[in-house]
Amino acid sequence: MLDLDDIQHILLTRTPALTGQYEFVSFRDRAGAKAWVTALLDKVQSAAETESSVATSKRWVTVAFTWSGLRALGVDEGSLATFPEEFKQGMVARAAMLGDTGVNHPDNWVGGLASPDLHAIAILFARDAVERERCLSEHQKLLAQCPGVELLSSLDLEATPPFDHAHDHFGYRDRLSQPVIEGSGDVPTPGSGAPLKAGEFILGYPDEDGPQQLLPQPEILSRNGSFLAYRRLQEHVGTFRDFLAQHGKTAEEQELVAAKLMGRWRSGAPLVLAPEQDDPALGADMQRNNDFNFKEMDPHGYAMPLGSHCRRMNPRDTAHNMNRRRMIRRGATYGPPLAPGAPEDGVERGIAAFVICASLIRQFEFAQNVWINDKNFHELGNERDPIIGTQDGTLEFKIPKRPIRKRITGLPAFTTVRGGAYFFLPGLRALRYLSTLS
Amino acid sequence: MAIPKEGYFKLEQGRYGPIYPKTPACYGFTIIAKIKPGRETTIREYGNVVEKTIAGLPDGLEVLKLHYLRWVLFDIGKDTYFMYQGIFDTDFDKYTEDAVALFTKYGLNTVFENLEGFPEDWKTNTPAFIKFVREHQRPSFLEYGEYPYATADEIKKALKLKASFSEMLDQMQ
Repeated sequence: MLDLDDIQHILLTRTPALTGQYEFVSFRDRAGAKAWVTALLDKVQSAAETESSVATSKRWVTVAFTWSGLRALGVDEGSLATFPEEFKQGMVARAAMLGDTGVNHPDNWVGGLASPDLHAIAILFARDAVERERCLSEHQKLLAQCPGVELLSSLDLEATPPFDHAHDHFGYRDRLSQPVIEGSGDVPTPGSGAPLKAGEFILGYPDEDGPQQLLPQPEILSRNGSFLAYRRLQEHVGTFRDFLAQHGKTAEEQELVAAKLMGRWRSGAPLVLAPEQDDPALGADMQRNNDFNFKEMDPHGYAMPLGSHCRRMNPRDTAHNMNRRRMIRRGATYGPPLAPGAPEDGVERGIAAFVICASLIRQFEFAQNVWINDKNFHELGNERDPIIGTQDGTLEFKIPKRPIRKRITGLPAFTTVRGGAYFFLPGLRALRYLSTLS
Repeated sequence: MAIPKEGYFKLEQGRYGPIYPKTPACYGFTIIAKIKPGRETTIREYGNVVEKTIAGLPDGLEVLKLHYLRWVLFDIGKDTYFMYQGIFDTDFDKYTEDAVALFTKYGLNTVFENLEGFPEDWKTNTPAFIKFVREHQRPSFLEYGEYPYATADEIKKALKLKASFSEMLDQMQ
């Protein structure tokens, strides 16, 4: 039985937000930190509350902390030591293994995210811009009342038009493949697999291997909590469009190249089910757009290339222990859209997303280190994820094709990591506990 | 291929520690640890158990992309040591959890309980288990492969092709 009254809503609910803001804060003193957490206590919605009010609510708030943020709040050293090693180290220390090198290196990150002073994040999702501005001005007032809390940086979120479906700045439909937590009442879409044990995502519940082990202590702090890996990924839309133009003579050919990189047409239609041409109706149909496998339906990648983004991020029946590698994704786009046909304008735009999982090392870091950045994944030899892998212009992308495959060399980087961090997402009781530590 | 003392040419951190390089003899590890006094018979008997387990699972270890596993016992003075050597096609840092899950599932790691310093709570403490393995890994200083860099999959395919070809020739007679 999930403790829906205690679990922060972001774990279970995708809210109908079109805008929002992330606020990154640093705690200068404990009193300020506690005052800030206390004030936010009644703003943070549980999964149960959001479930019952999602149709009428206008804003949704989530709060999470870095390891040093927990220390700043007064969590004692004994308790801090019980957190997993990768969380204690933080994303900056794990950069080389995650592939955050070159321009992606934490030295180049923005917004103070690479700083050890990053202590907490308040995530605001809002239904519209008016509500967002109202919430932000409230947060400004709160910060003014908490001199011990400093705003390190903010990131404005904006959905990109058209607003009838979620998509990124490249135009790819998003939110098509999401694991379902057992006991949440959600029904997985066809092809998405059975619901997974809650312990894969929420602390304090059995996971796919049995009872969870080594939970952070005390129990009140970890129960109903989770971990967030935050990634701010700039999308180089101009570079992406130039690449498509370079590799496709007609609009149709360019769409196919875009589809091969992703594994889905920009409409969302998967290449396994629509190998030759786009099928927007299929892309929009949640009952059909995820209903495929690889082993029987596309073993050699003639439809969806072995190195395509979708195939790497969810190898389905071609990887072992998949149920121990799944992740919940939440997030939004930021920055203004680049008008169709417009040249690159140098303005930063991209995706600012959270990967939510019970084990950063087993789930997020594995995906980043192996699925995304292992050059020899699926024995591809010299490739990384074409959309979010670490690309330095020396790697390739192979499109299996009969009689002869197509090999694109010198793949450019379509994305750059501009920031990231590991956060602990406490349950509501834990949040209250944190606000009362002496 | 001669390998520096550290076991790698350039330090590259994986999720659980340094990544060891691929050589003409593929990837691998060599774990050496002292056994608890009086446990030699238990460990040797364990060989029969594993043999039976694996015999019933022809594809059970496929995930590890193995070439060979070798379990060896040897004496130094009055002490007995255990050496466990694996040769395979994947860098073991990347698939650590898959290996631990598999070994736990088939009881392949219970022999480790007879080694000194092995964490008693290994069943519920995967990080401690991984730490023990990492701390007892002794990197090679030299590796050679008569068929360099060939993967187990390539070898299996070649053998299958050879068998089919021989069968075809036999049938033609």
